[in-house]
Amino acid sequence: MIYKIEAIIREEALDPVKSALYEIGIVGMNIFEIHGHGRQGGVDLSWRGTSYKMDMLPKIQINVILSERNLEKTIDAITKTARTGKEGDGIIFVYPVHDIIRIRTGERGSEAISYPDDIDERKSRKKKK
Amino acid sequence: MYTMYKKLKSTSPGKKAFLLIAFAILLLAAPGIFAETAGASEIETVANATKGVTEAVNIMWIMIAGFLVFFMQAGFALVETGFTRTKNVAHTMMMNLMVFCIGAIGYWLVGFAIQFGSVNAAYPAVTTAGAVAGEWAHSPTTLGDWAGLLAEPLLRFGQWGFLGGNGFMLIGLGGSTGILAFFLFQMVFMDTAATIPTGSMAERLRFSGFCLMGLWVSMFIYPLVGGWVWGGGWLQNLGRIAGLGNGAVDFAGSGVVHMIGGSIALAGAIVIGPRIGRFNPDGSANALPGHNIPMGILGTIILFFGWFGFNPGSSLAFTGNGGLLASNAAVNTLIAGAMGGCVAMLWMWLKGPSKKPDPGMSVNGVLAGLVAITSSCAFVSSISAMVIGAVAGVLVCLVTMLLEKMRIDDPVGAVPVHFANGLWGLLAVGIFSDGNPASAGWNGMENPVGGLITGNGSQIIAQLLEIGAILVFVFGLSYLFFRLLNAFGLLRSKPRDEIMGLDIPEMGVQGYSNVDMKMSGRISLHIPTADRDPVKKSINN
Repeated sequence: MIYKIEAIIREEALDPVKSALYEIGIVGMNIFEIHGHGRQGGVDLSWRGTSYKMDMLPKIQINVILSERNLEKTIDAITKTARTGKEGDGIIFVYPVHDIIRIRTGERGSEAISYPDDIDERKSRKKKK
Repeated sequence: MYTMYKKLKSTSPGKKAFLLIAFAILLLAAPGIFAETAGASEIETVANATKGVTEAVNIMWIMIAGFLVFFMQAGFALVETGFTRTKNVAHTMMMNLMVFCIGAIGYWLVGFAIQFGSVNAAYPAVTTAGAVAGEWAHSPTTLGDWAGLLAEPLLRFGQWGFLGGNGFMLIGLGGSTGILAFFLFQMVFMDTAATIPTGSMAERLRFSGFCLMGLWVSMFIYPLVGGWVWGGGWLQNLGRIAGLGNGAVDFAGSGVVHMIGGSIALAGAIVIGPRIGRFNPDGSANALPGHNIPMGILGTIILFFGWFGFNPGSSLAFTGNGGLLASNAAVNTLIAGAMGGCVAMLWMWLKGPSKKPDPGMSVNGVLAGLVAITSSCAFVSSISAMVIGAVAGVLVCLVTMLLEKMRIDDPVGAVPVHFANGLWGLLAVGIFSDGNPASAGWNGMENPVGGLITGNGSQIIAQLLEIGAILVFVFGLSYLFFRLLNAFGLLRSKPRDEIMGLDIPEMGVQGYSNVDMKMSGRISLHIPTADRDPVKKSINN
């Protein structure tokens, strides 16, 4: 089973989260610059003496596609690095993925998301030892 | 020479000093030696050459200053565009470009002739106490001989001048270096006034209405009232007419440029009405934040830089008294601008809604200080300049809030900066002028310019009359002009266009575009296929 993680995090958390993911062997990912709010509902700012509410706050969404067996480890890595304990830390969504096709080679399924030195290759290397 | 230098190097410090002093004495004594040996005609030659050099220096000075003032266009463009929203950037930038182009042509066609067409026409002698004896023309004497040029008044009654009428399209003036440089200098000043209203009406002004506004400012309203203060008009002559100080004194144009521009901006903002969404039905205000604070701040720094041409250049001379006026103006410009910025920043930090040093208001504070010092920069001490700048910094914050309470929408703060502080700057001349001796003879009065702090109460009355004239004529007539534009549907853009942003409906382009992703496929159709393109082929293999 293949899953997609959509992790919405603080802009400034992108770098630490990225490094944490590389460390555990998550190689492929893409990100969006998004705007939105959750429970926090926005922040108060002011412009030339008039205050206003900015409710759509800038956030980063990281997308990662991965096998079910790597899911918990990855979620763990993201939550640990993105958490400050204050409102606005973000949210993680997990979806099942129907299929994957790599355009260059035509590989399908989890084959299409395997990279040299990724989380799965590392695991199999450990087993061999 | 080199051996002399070597010798000098090897001598002791005490000897060196002695040699230097001896050399200096020789230099000082030289003119005396020449005077003894030179004949009368040679003296005349030297005098003429000196006069020529003096005029050349003055003319070069106002040309360099004029180029600096021209660059203020870039500052205005950046501040106004940075303080408006992304969907209007092409429109706002385009207004700032075209106001110069339209204004330059309008001012060359008609404006200059109205404003300065009779600046060199001498008024008859007056018997007012303190007036310079004999006839008096208000033309600058520092920029060469203007004899017979710009000397015919079009509308003048006795000592009261109202309208010039010479020099349309600079006809007949092409041979005068001084007048050509003076035209350039005055043209860029006019344009500074003309670009102020584009800020207060930004994000909702129809482009056709804007073009007509550019002509209105450059061809009529600015030259008319500006001529009264600078072109030998009745306000400038008030000292000689009625003994009111040195007449209306406006060194670099707090009134002529900024309050005139600000009055047009205020009239426009009132007639055009607030932007959609700026005010709620219950009267409360919404902030419509500008999209680019770095642009706003860069623009302010460019304006500050340009102001060093605007104020010191207005001495119209760099030799003799001109040098003192110019350097005094430069220092005071620096102090007042800096103080305006500091005070506005502190005011917002302590009293603003976010209790933070608001960048948007600090930008306005710097500009407010600069506007306020503009008319008095050559006549006050730097301590007074600091006070003038400090008051400007508070005034800009208060007037911004007042406008919001009055439900007048001014996206970039043109009215608090230019109208309110232009007015304050005019008053400041009447309060803080300290009788700088270099200003003796200003506007045909023997005394230097002195305000309330020197015990002279009449200067401020002349300043109040200038304020009144600007309010009645510039604000009043511009209000009617904008009402007329509005009646023909030329002033305000359509609500749908305004909500979409004026870039596409008015200008036909997006200011910030990513065209290559959005255009139809005509470009990619012409890319050679991999088979035909050797580079692509090698990549694929």
